Amino acid sequence: MLAFLVKRTANAALVMLTVAFMAFMIFRFVGDPVEMMLNEQATQAERAELRERLGLNDGFAMQFVRFVTNALQGDFGISYRNQQDVMKLIGERFPATFELVIVATILSLVVGIPLGVITAIHRDSWLSDTLQMTSIVGVSLPSFVVGIVLILIFSITLGVLPAFGRGDVVQLGWWSTGVLTPSGRAALVLPAISLSLFQITLVMRLVRAEMLEVLRTDFIKFARARGLPARLVNFRHALRNCLMPVITMTGMQIGNLIAFALITETVFQWPGMGMLFIQAVTFVDIPVMAAYLVLVSFIFVAINTVVDITYAVVDPRLREDAAR
Amino acid sequence: MAATEASLGRRIRDSELWWSLRRHRAAQVAIVMLVVIIVSAFAAPLIAPQDPYDLASLDLDNSELPPVWSADGRWPYVLGTDVQGRDVLSAILYGSRVSLAIGLASVLLSMAVGLSLGLVAGYFGGVIDNVLMRIADILLSIPTILIAILVTAVFRELLPVGLRETLSAVILVCAIALTAWVQYARTVRASTMVERGKEYVLAARLIRVPASRIMLTHILPNTLTPVMVAATLNFGLAILIEATLSFLGVGMPPTEPSLGTLIRIGNQYLFSGLWWIVVFPAAQLGLIVLAVNVIGDWLRDALNPKLR
Amino acid sequence: MKKFAAVACAVATLAAAPLVATHANTLKWGANRDIGSLDPYSYGDSFTINVLNHVYEGLVRYDRDLKIEPALATSWEVMADGVTWRFKLRQGVKFHNGNPFTADDVVASLIRVSHETSPLKGNLPAYASSKVVDDHTVDIVLNGTYPLLLNDLTNIHIFDKEWLVANNAELPTDIGKKVEGYATYNANGTGPFKVESRQPDAKTVFVVNPDWWDTPQHNLTRIELNPITSAATRVAALLSGEINFTNEAPVQDLPRLAASPSVKVLERTDLRTIMLGFNRRAELVDGGKNPLNDLRVRTAMYQAINMDQIQKRVMRGKSRNAGALVAPEIPGYAPELDERLPFDADKAKALLAEAGYPEGFEFVFNCMQGGYVNEEEICQAIAAMWSRVGLKPKLDIAPRAVQTPKRTGGKTDVYTIGWATLPMLDAYSPLIQILHTKEGTAGVFNWGDWSYPELDKLVQAAGKELDTPKRLALETQALKIAKDEIILLPLHQQPMAWAVGNDVKEMPQFPDNKPRLWYTKM
Repeated sequence: MLAFLVKRTANAALVMLTVAFMAFMIFRFVGDPVEMMLNEQATQAERAELRERLGLNDGFAMQFVRFVTNALQGDFGISYRNQQDVMKLIGERFPATFELVIVATILSLVVGIPLGVITAIHRDSWLSDTLQMTSIVGVSLPSFVVGIVLILIFSITLGVLPAFGRGDVVQLGWWSTGVLTPSGRAALVLPAISLSLFQITLVMRLVRAEMLEVLRTDFIKFARARGLPARLVNFRHALRNCLMPVITMTGMQIGNLIAFALITETVFQWPGMGMLFIQAVTFVDIPVMAAYLVLVSFIFVAINTVVDITYAVVDPRLREDAAR
Repeated sequence: MAATEASLGRRIRDSELWWSLRRHRAAQVAIVMLVVIIVSAFAAPLIAPQDPYDLASLDLDNSELPPVWSADGRWPYVLGTDVQGRDVLSAILYGSRVSLAIGLASVLLSMAVGLSLGLVAGYFGGVIDNVLMRIADILLSIPTILIAILVTAVFRELLPVGLRETLSAVILVCAIALTAWVQYARTVRASTMVERGKEYVLAARLIRVPASRIMLTHILPNTLTPVMVAATLNFGLAILIEATLSFLGVGMPPTEPSLGTLIRIGNQYLFSGLWWIVVFPAAQLGLIVLAVNVIGDWLRDALNPKLR
Repeated sequence: MKKFAAVACAVATLAAAPLVATHANTLKWGANRDIGSLDPYSYGDSFTINVLNHVYEGLVRYDRDLKIEPALATSWEVMADGVTWRFKLRQGVKFHNGNPFTADDVVASLIRVSHETSPLKGNLPAYASSKVVDDHTVDIVLNGTYPLLLNDLTNIHIFDKEWLVANNAELPTDIGKKVEGYATYNANGTGPFKVESRQPDAKTVFVVNPDWWDTPQHNLTRIELNPITSAATRVAALLSGEINFTNEAPVQDLPRLAASPSVKVLERTDLRTIMLGFNRRAELVDGGKNPLNDLRVRTAMYQAINMDQIQKRVMRGKSRNAGALVAPEIPGYAPELDERLPFDADKAKALLAEAGYPEGFEFVFNCMQGGYVNEEEICQAIAAMWSRVGLKPKLDIAPRAVQTPKRTGGKTDVYTIGWATLPMLDAYSPLIQILHTKEGTAGVFNWGDWSYPELDKLVQAAGKELDTPKRLALETQALKIAKDEIILLPLHQQPMAWAVGNDVKEMPQFPDNKPRLWYTKM
């Protein structure tokens, strides 16, 4: 067990180190940091001085080590554009993205699971076919188009939901939340729907596939034979047996959702990390780009590692498999 | 012997595919739709009323015309014109061509890279395998869209100004293919490892058939089914990613617009009553990806013996 | 499942919740971009400075008619030496933190803004030094006689010295030092509004300053600045009442906004003249002899542009086509210089042939995304018109942040440039900053690197001339050279369109496109 833990964690560390290396390369070689920091009137001496102070004259390995050490302490430097500490900047935006992603995830489970069950139980019925077809449409529509359409319908035509922003937020310590105010909740609806659409179809398809497998098993056949009501069999016995993979997939998708949120955030002007990142890209604000890359990858890798380890604890067979 | 077996098997599978297609109405419609879209897009220079890249052909006097069926519509601007007097239908045809070409190129590139790396890794195993799979792990630990955005942003910054616009499409293809190859590599590697242990391969090795030939003529054909499904679905995904990047403003430039660029530009006129500038490109994009996904879904079900 | 049901209910009820919580007299401002910082000196950008003018004030300011009036200074005089200006400061003014306003604050602010790392030092070109005479008197010494000091001072905001020192912010923020500036995220001025909170790119909230020294002519209690970059979203937010003011209503959406009963549209032409500048170095960006140095070529490019068509179509009749480089309201403007060369495609072709380019030539045409009003569309239209006379423009369109370094670094052949002469409101502004040869603080925006010594001489003379009619005559002469040589190719004064919700009763609009919300009534 210990060997597996060490191996898995080392693996995650290796991945993070590579990501950090990519971030460092971007930081160091895309645009000259000195040129970006100083204004155009700066003299040659000032440039040289800044170069020295930033340690850009040190050896390559030395610089990378320093980058990683700083990154481990959460220090990614100062945003060129906002002139603020990058980590603080991202920290301020994180709650917005996190709330959006969590609500979208909940939404995808609430909608996706029942739909998956229905399509599995009523296999080959017109309802199931229609739902299946709709789900393909859902996957095919780019999320920015979905967002635009939602704004067009609910903000412009009906005027019931806001088209941008987070509404009023309440500050709980360093965490800013929108779910405690009516305007904050209203502002969450459209972005959450547009972000969750893709996820809903994923959950639905997964639940359907799992349900089809489970419904074929003897244990369900026996339950049916015992005369238990269909609803009880379907939801209590069958569904319960498919939830584990669904939960796992949902967990592992969170990293992806955070990344995908940057599209939703752009369309709805949602003040989260994603919008910060897109703006950093347009303004070539390298420290922010580098920090965002490292952070999102970290969340991604952390979740995957935790899931893997949990699985290994639950199911010893996987341990040996991976250790081989 | 092995070759005839493979081709025979393929023939049977083909016929089964055909049989399942005949039952699958949605897939039929999707295939017809996709063929029409592809043909019209690549024949754009022949059939489009206007060359939207030729700035000299644009006339502001023809700007903002609605589609022909509206009262103010005018031939030959079937779907209306944008604010520059660019014919929307022509822009969509040329835009689809860009989107499809980028999607196709990135699938081909990622497939070529993925297949060869997967074969090599699976066949030889050892250090090569380890290194390749580590790289794959790393790429899979960063969301695709993020990699694509970063790669395009970084390349654009590194390239000299003059080349940026001309190479936009190439950059996009590479950015998309950079993560897409992993899926092919993993699929092929897994089946290669299975096939490697089979007797026909052992026999071939015994009579000293070169490794490259074993891989290409014996192992590769047996791994193609899942690759085909993955390629179809990835084609749709690649088009979506390209559209998203262009929508975010890091993809194709307005001078050579893809569907995503057209939507980004049209989005500004959403409330000005010029709905046709954004609605038609968005619909076309949706249709392309939908058709590809329906076909991919059908292929997956049809080729999956478990579901049959 | 129960939990899921509860969540589903919650989601459903969300939709029914009322849209906006209202504060008394809150102006919800939807701008097309955010301010760069809360520090007016750390970011050389007029929008940032304009917004921060609600928090910080200068010694003098423009009134409703854009005439200079006393603000933090009550009176001033030029001393006998001609280069020292003595300012009497207003008594009893307090900063938002309660500190009294004194002469020390003025000197500290002037030192800060004129520091060599300050991006705004070009806005105060004549400044040499300053010193405290007594608590409420300051002397400002210039590096020569200079007629436009007061105009410049309208935009030089006064900080509290004690606050700067306490927070180690006496110098402009230097991002090279890897420390964030205190003033970037905190503000302490004397103005009619105080900063309540700021989330970059999301929301900045200002609340009324009850202790303002001046009698308020507004009745706002709160201003919320929401940057909404997408034009369509801004319109949507305005129509749905999420915002009740925008200073950037998209031209193409004006009919729809005007038709809505809940929105009022305010329009006029801006002072900002949009022009094209040319690369005048020996070679084009992509190498090869630079044809743009030939006046015939520039004339051909001028006459190939059909401005009437652009005005009618792209600008929807809202712009004012310009022949002069400054708007009619600007001192130094002369009507006889406002005549455009006529649109004549055949003449343009003939001129190109005569200059030796019958087949045209390739060049890079640099435009900004979301820069000036409908800039992308204007550029595409112009590129199309040039293509029709045989030129081969290569359009390079990207966001401002990407384009600016290319422009300042001379990496472009033709580029757009807009100039409103702010905050000087005088033709001297484009003359010294754009048209003058690049040397010292002059010609900072001379991105094409041209040099016309006879023009420079006139501009320098105007910069020292204290007699206004004489100075304006010199400026007009210089503008004539610029026009004859087509140093810059004028296009139009762009329209300016604001829109307010019905609840906003009074919103005076100024030709410098600067919202002065201390005149707003709801």
